[in-house]
Amino acid sequence: MDFTIKTMAEYAAEGKAPEVLFWVGCAGSFDDRAKKITKAFCKILNKIGVEFGVLGQEESCTGDPAKRAGNEFVFQMMALTNIEVLNAYEVKKIVTACPHCFNTLKNEYPSLGGHFEVVHHTQFLKKLMEEGRLKIEGGAFKGKKITFHDPCYLGRANNEYEAPRILLEKLDAELVEMKRCKTNGLCCGAGGAQMFKEPEKGNKDINIERTEEALSFEPKVIATGCPFCNTMMTDGVKHFNKNEEVAVKDIVELLAEAEDL
Amino acid sequence: MQYIDNVIFLILLVAGFGLFTKSLLKIYRNIQLGREINRSDNKSERWETMARVAMGQSKMVKRPVAGILHLFVYVGFIIINIELVEIVVDGIFGTHRFLSSILGHSFYSFFTATLEVLALLVIIGVVVFFIRRNFYGVKRLTMKELFGWPKHDANWILIIEFALMIAFLKMNTADWVLQQRGLLPEHGSFPISSTLLGPIFSNFSDGFLFFTEKAAWWFHFVGILFFMNYLYYSKHLHIILAFPSTWYANLEKKGKFNNLESVTKEIKLMMDPNADPYAAPAEGAEADVPSKFGAEDIFDLNRVQLLNAYSCTECGRCTSVCPANITGKKLSPRLILMKTRDRLEEVGKNIDKNGKFVDDGKKLLNDYVTKEELWACTTCNACTEACPILLDPLSIIFEMRRFLVMEQSAAPQELNLMMTNVENNAAPWQYNQADRLNWAND
Repeated sequence: MDFTIKTMAEYAAEGKAPEVLFWVGCAGSFDDRAKKITKAFCKILNKIGVEFGVLGQEESCTGDPAKRAGNEFVFQMMALTNIEVLNAYEVKKIVTACPHCFNTLKNEYPSLGGHFEVVHHTQFLKKLMEEGRLKIEGGAFKGKKITFHDPCYLGRANNEYEAPRILLEKLDAELVEMKRCKTNGLCCGAGGAQMFKEPEKGNKDINIERTEEALSFEPKVIATGCPFCNTMMTDGVKHFNKNEEVAVKDIVELLAEAEDL
Repeated sequence: MQYIDNVIFLILLVAGFGLFTKSLLKIYRNIQLGREINRSDNKSERWETMARVAMGQSKMVKRPVAGILHLFVYVGFIIINIELVEIVVDGIFGTHRFLSSILGHSFYSFFTATLEVLALLVIIGVVVFFIRRNFYGVKRLTMKELFGWPKHDANWILIIEFALMIAFLKMNTADWVLQQRGLLPEHGSFPISSTLLGPIFSNFSDGFLFFTEKAAWWFHFVGILFFMNYLYYSKHLHIILAFPSTWYANLEKKGKFNNLESVTKEIKLMMDPNADPYAAPAEGAEADVPSKFGAEDIFDLNRVQLLNAYSCTECGRCTSVCPANITGKKLSPRLILMKTRDRLEEVGKNIDKNGKFVDDGKKLLNDYVTKEELWACTTCNACTEACPILLDPLSIIFEMRRFLVMEQSAAPQELNLMMTNVENNAAPWQYNQADRLNWAND
């Protein structure tokens, strides 16, 4: 990165608080593919001049995969610790590029004492765009076919279907919708802790079914809004040997590319 | 002797409704076997949801063909049952078409004509449904899990509804022809009967027509009583239970899973540096500790989940959108609800027989629902989105997962690894927490 990422601890040491806390998440911190999404998002924020902090070493898993696997103990242990950290920094607003972190922080933390304004990165950028702080011109994607795969935990779980699409439209690309989109979207196969285990026996894997549908439109790009969806779709595209022709990219990566960041 | 009809009618009426009430009470008792859950908040939103989803059928029309036909049958069924008022009064007092005397000529004509049109729409609806279900190959209606009783049940419902509507039209036709012959006073208007069956019926003798009118009337009445009592054994309970099910539906965001309070207490105590680890539990504190984490049997599910199981009409919209099911895994959200109901009814019979539940060595988990099904769920909420009456099979799957993990430590090995990683490294993968910011320096 050609600029410094500041932690909340550093902000606190200066006696300051950033505009927003960027909750990076486990995938965004450790997964090589998802790290690119993290960086792309940071580049955009940096360019616009949004002051943001990260927790860095003080961040831990929100507990989502443990919770959805059924382990309430581990989930709440993570949640209560995270809430203590967040409250210690008096965090008001959180943005995250992971719909699973987003959902858990937003919906499941309040009853445990964590009350924050939590937004998904697409919602955050949409707001910035409306405020005129973010300007998108999609030269690189003009007229190219893009299809968007709705993440379940952003879409059905939290009724957010518009923000990602509004951003994609700004790229001047040709946005094609899959038959199973929005409320009818098909899961990528990673939710509910499935990411961390082999799927049960069946005719095929869920990500293959989903990628097949996306590829049937012969898009240039399959856009995602979740690091786990990204992994699943990337694997799917590789399965069909289409990785040369079709890119799987998070929306912030597309925006960063359009801005040539 | 002239009152014998009325007496038989009254006996049937009381017996029919009595039996029906008994069935409903049994269902209520069985639902009470579940855990209490507070869903009495936001009353206005709940009424609104029920009006929109159950009465307004707002989710049915997402599949337009089934939606519109269902609307025919639904509206027809409700309005035609207004006819029941007239039947009851006529039956008890031996009157003939009692409503015509109080509604006035033109309004009664309007009323009967409406019923006729609706009866025809119901007939069209059930005939198309029958063909669709049995010969058209809609996948969700022909899946293996419906073989046996569920399939027969569905067909019986359609046949009964068809027979009831035909009896209704036959009755009207006989009445109409007799009116034409001046043998019955003029009342009502019968556009469908007179055109569809009228030409045939006009060849029949007076006596036969009187007999047909009476017979069809009795058939219609007894049929309604039969149908009502058949509901208890049928997936068709949804015509009643869709209303409470939508009223008690989860109004929260679909992604919000409940946090177990008992666990919160435990962990807060664990994290409290001032807590005395050897302290004896406070007086009465034991009552707060749940007997179990998650659900192993129907007793561990909440009452709304049990109500859901009774309300499911096995349409399979949930299963047809389930990513696990689509890709050939064993999980079927519909089957989760069906099995929950099967187990609940088994427990109910056990209680009927023994006065209270006597352990039968069975559980919902393993004896009905297998682990393989439970672990295939991606918690994507496609099933809850698809359900026309807001049932929540996912919450049942989730509670059973909790039982597997927290009571039995029976998660798949890879998930155990993931959970250990979360616990020890604060990430689902085995990375050091200290490396969390490495990406910033790459």
